[in-house]
Amino acid sequence: MSFPEELKYTEDHEWVLIEDDVVTIGITDFAQEQLGDIVFVELPEVGDSLETGKSFGVVESVKAVSDVYAPVSGEVVEINEELPDDPEVLNNSPYDDGWMIKLKLADSASLDELMDVSAYQEFVEKD
Amino acid sequence: MMSTAGRGLVLDENLLFEKSQPGRVGYSIASLDVPDVTPDNSLLREEIADFPELSEVDVVRHYTRLSTWNYGVDSGFYPLGSCTMKYNPKVNEAAARFPGFTDIHPQTPEALNQGALELMYNLQHDLEEVSGFPAMTLQPAAGAQGEFTGMLMIRAWHEANGQQRHKVIIPDTAHGTNPASAALCGYEVITVASDGVLSQEAVAAVMDDDVAALMVTNPNTLGLFEADVRAICDLVHERGGLVYADGANLNALMGISRPGDIGIDVMHFNLHKTFSTPHGGGGPGSGPVGVVEKLEPFLPAPVVTKDAEGYKLEYDRPESIGRLKSFYGHFSILVRAYSYILSMGGEGLRRATELAVLNANYIRARLEGEYELPNKQRSLHEVVFSEDGLQNDCHTLDVAKRLIDYGYHPPTIYFPLVVHGALMIEPTETESKQMIDEFCDALLAIAEEAKSAPELLKQAPVRAKVKRLDEATAARKPILRWPQES
Repeated sequence: MSFPEELKYTEDHEWVLIEDDVVTIGITDFAQEQLGDIVFVELPEVGDSLETGKSFGVVESVKAVSDVYAPVSGEVVEINEELPDDPEVLNNSPYDDGWMIKLKLADSASLDELMDVSAYQEFVEKD
Repeated sequence: MMSTAGRGLVLDENLLFEKSQPGRVGYSIASLDVPDVTPDNSLLREEIADFPELSEVDVVRHYTRLSTWNYGVDSGFYPLGSCTMKYNPKVNEAAARFPGFTDIHPQTPEALNQGALELMYNLQHDLEEVSGFPAMTLQPAAGAQGEFTGMLMIRAWHEANGQQRHKVIIPDTAHGTNPASAALCGYEVITVASDGVLSQEAVAAVMDDDVAALMVTNPNTLGLFEADVRAICDLVHERGGLVYADGANLNALMGISRPGDIGIDVMHFNLHKTFSTPHGGGGPGSGPVGVVEKLEPFLPAPVVTKDAEGYKLEYDRPESIGRLKSFYGHFSILVRAYSYILSMGGEGLRRATELAVLNANYIRARLEGEYELPNKQRSLHEVVFSEDGLQNDCHTLDVAKRLIDYGYHPPTIYFPLVVHGALMIEPTETESKQMIDEFCDALLAIAEEAKSAPELLKQAPVRAKVKRLDEATAARKPILRWPQES
């Protein structure tokens, strides 16, 4: 399982890539492996406002349906439109082609709550 | 192992579309002896593409062959956790086929439907006695609609008290339909984590004056009794909230503990689980809802009442949440449940519960050690193992598939979500010790295979009609029409 150094992570197994005031969000390698084969993805619409900790989408696998939670607050500026048609991309490429949404940050302070790679690795091992 | 010998006559079967032969028909219909009429053009289809052309025997064999691939509780053990797949006694079917029930129309005047109304009235009374609630509706079509009905009544009660509350608390061990029912009624769902069972502290931490209700499944989806339920109900009531109980697991309480006596305000029944009416494809279901007195005015109209002149359908209920279902619910299912209650009697219902709990605990005792049991609290009617003890990268799915080779319907898997790779076994009171021992022998043999010959699990099922299905492709790229789009 791989966890790229440059990303930040949440306890709900999402990753966050921070580039100035825009963040890209997806689910981690650990999350996709736990879920198994992903068969359905539901994303928000561009322009939606997300609030930290609230569900912004759904990922469904052959085993289970899971909500995906916004790690930070902000406005959706882009979504990965390929994903709903090709949900397996989340399994095959969780960090690259499997990105889910891009958010324009409402408040950069909430980024401080996120884990770095070593903290996340420790969290996954405990889990 | 169940005998699966003699499979030489398990027949393959193509789609009806593939069997079609141009010009083949089932019947020759006599020529018209009335004037020909051409329908208006707007009502005509231009063409019916590839409509199958078949003889009667083609069609009869098609569906008969498909039916031989079926598996039901009349075929064998069906340990599907949380579903209470108990045997459906044939006496229920006999009762439901009485001409007095089958030949009536729901719009027959009350005076001519007294028998049917009496049955509904008596069933309401019996369910009230089992649950401890003073009032009941038989209308909801099944469990989830029962939840919806219950939550609508909770909302109506708050509104009648001049309150708009927005949140519903649901523990992570509740049935999966609970959050959907709450959301359909416009509530925001607050999930609370439980440590096997729900604690007062966990509820207290999220309970406030904006919480309309707590929805609790008792025993919960781990098969564990919510031991603090009375104190938790008090806590919710103190802040003006109500408590909804999902009665899907009533087969662990029936005749022993009454939800209405321990602080629950609303509960739905699943007659197709606890009261032996057909479940799954054989349904339909039925989800009566019992309520405490203060919620009685909000019950869906009509309710069955009785006065000096006889039984009546009472429609004059100004505070009612309205109608949930055409006519009076799934009436013939109500007949089956009533037949079950009368044939079991109060003692029999209690005995069914005791045996259901005993069977689940016997399975637990035989499998614990080989299969990992994450929650050590005492089990009630079902037991949930995790996949953590499985060797050689074998998973719950592999165990479930391998059970098919041994001749058993697999248990519920990957639910509840709080258990890693859950294997959720509910034997019900139906099964004998011999059957349960054979089933446990099979699961123990599979655990052994996982250690010594894991490929047997990975390739399973090998003895079934179809081998391991590609579930991911079936879900991602389903073929939903004929001819297949190119």
